[in-house]
Amino acid sequence: MQLPSELDDLYQDIILDHYRSPRHQGLLDDPDLRGEGFNPFCGDQVVLTLGLDEAGRIAEVGFEGQGCSISQASASMLTGHLEGKTLEEAEGLVRTFKGIMQGGEFTPEQEDELGDIVALQGVKRFPIRIKCALLGWTTLQDAIAAYRKTHD
Amino acid sequence: MYDVAKIRKDFPILDREVHGVPLVYLDNAATSQKPRAVIQALSDYYERYNANVHRGAHTLAIEATDAYEEARAKVARFINAPSPENIVFVRNTTEAINLVAHTWAVANVGAGDRIVVTEMEHHSNLVPWQHVARMGGAELKLMAMTSGYELDTSDLDELLTPATKLVALTHMSNVLGTITPVAEVVAAAHRVGALALVDAAQSVPHMPVDVQALDCDFMAFSGHKMLGPTGIGVLYAKEEVLEQMDPFLRGGEMVLEVTYEDATWNQVPLKFEAGTPNIGDAIALGAAVDYLSALGMDSVREHEVALTGYAMERFAELEEVTTFGPSDLSVRGGVVSFYMSEIHPHDIGQVLDQLGIAIRAGHHCAMPLVRSRLNVPATARASFYLYNTEAEIDALIDGLNQVLRYFGDAASKRA
Ligand SMILES: Cc1ncc(COP(=O)(O)O)c(C=O)c1O
Repeated sequence: MQLPSELDDLYQDIILDHYRSPRHQGLLDDPDLRGEGFNPFCGDQVVLTLGLDEAGRIAEVGFEGQGCSISQASASMLTGHLEGKTLEEAEGLVRTFKGIMQGGEFTPEQEDELGDIVALQGVKRFPIRIKCALLGWTTLQDAIAAYRKTHD
Repeated sequence: MYDVAKIRKDFPILDREVHGVPLVYLDNAATSQKPRAVIQALSDYYERYNANVHRGAHTLAIEATDAYEEARAKVARFINAPSPENIVFVRNTTEAINLVAHTWAVANVGAGDRIVVTEMEHHSNLVPWQHVARMGGAELKLMAMTSGYELDTSDLDELLTPATKLVALTHMSNVLGTITPVAEVVAAAHRVGALALVDAAQSVPHMPVDVQALDCDFMAFSGHKMLGPTGIGVLYAKEEVLEQMDPFLRGGEMVLEVTYEDATWNQVPLKFEAGTPNIGDAIALGAAVDYLSALGMDSVREHEVALTGYAMERFAELEEVTTFGPSDLSVRGGVVSFYMSEIHPHDIGQVLDQLGIAIRAGHHCAMPLVRSRLNVPATARASFYLYNTEAEIDALIDGLNQVLRYFGDAASKRA
């Protein structure tokens, strides 16, 4: 029996590459922000740590995780887009990505800005995997929310 | 003669296609498919004699009550309970166990007492006991698993102290397929004055079960895993235990006499069935029991042992795949949990789904077992039932080879 080509939309090369060789692997020793996300449905897990510079911009990112290719690749891709951003900008990025996973389309400007993340669009055709794709992103959101509670 | 081709014709859903290919349903430990006779029993009730039970003297009410009580009697005979009165209808296994936790256990488990469960429990037979132990100041102890995935009964005598009030164990693990030596554990529990509860969610659907031979005090199982509808399950308990237990939910149907100040309870088992019960689904469960009885549970078990043996042989061909569970088929149900270090179970499940093959990926509601004993984040699981065939296992193995090729190719494309 032949595997349908739809699968290639989900498992694009860039996604499998991030899954096998996640970027920013390893947690920071003394992070300013830390978040842990868990998807009990399939046991996916992501721990994210961030270090800020004096201006409050994200200077360092480290993550560890366990789980399916989509959850881990998506988190790995996210880590590549955080350095240099303020927490507000990072939140904006999460909002954009969530909006697209929940049915929106990328604008050409967003495609330029997000680069490899656009490959995750294929996940939309497999609704049960959207939660996997969002895990790293909601973890970041939670980490920022927790940071604000103690620092505002 | 056990004729699988003929049996398959009784299950309308087995004709359907998924993604343009025939369905191969290997997620039976989660829920089974339903034969036409069960679906028919359900619609017959709603089309012909829908009425409330145990009240009203009209014809429909009498027919509905008779059918509901006949279903109870069928379930009782199916597990060789002494009487229909040992059978309480509930929603599912989880509710049956919680009923015992919230009534019997609250009254009988206190500070310094002990509850014993096994390392293989489904969350349904673990989390309620964590709660009972915490609320009552009792301790919760674990019976371990051997390296061969069987229940380790070697230290039963140390584990079951006189402080032990309850031993709650699974009859068949939904992750490993392990069949536990229930009769031996129940006897040990009784020697120290403890009661024994059996989670039979995976055993009653797949093998002959005799509650009197096992001598357990409680048994819980779900209709939906044994060809019946969702929303109906069973708590079996010994009569003297049921008599002593307080009601769980209070209200209509479970009372005998009510004044503005007080109430007395209906007889067992109605005392535990407050409110209008799930009449239609109970009757349809009766039809499921009829179907299983006609096939014979010995034959069902024999078919599944053969399938599991075949599956284990075929799995052994896949070098990249680790399987978990006993190798001795006499203590193994039709469940094969497996793991590939390079490919997450969820991704395996996704690719198989594209081939029409339904398996489950995850921790199977047994998180501590999967994560702390099998030491993997999740497993993929194929589970068989009376309508599965060797050809379907071949399809699964072919599918897994495709999974390996698919992810292997994707890796080599970049290399
Ligand atoms: C061993 C075991 N116990 C309990 C349950 C819970 O059954 P239910 O969800 O029908 O309450 C299951 C089903 O998943 C099971 O396999």
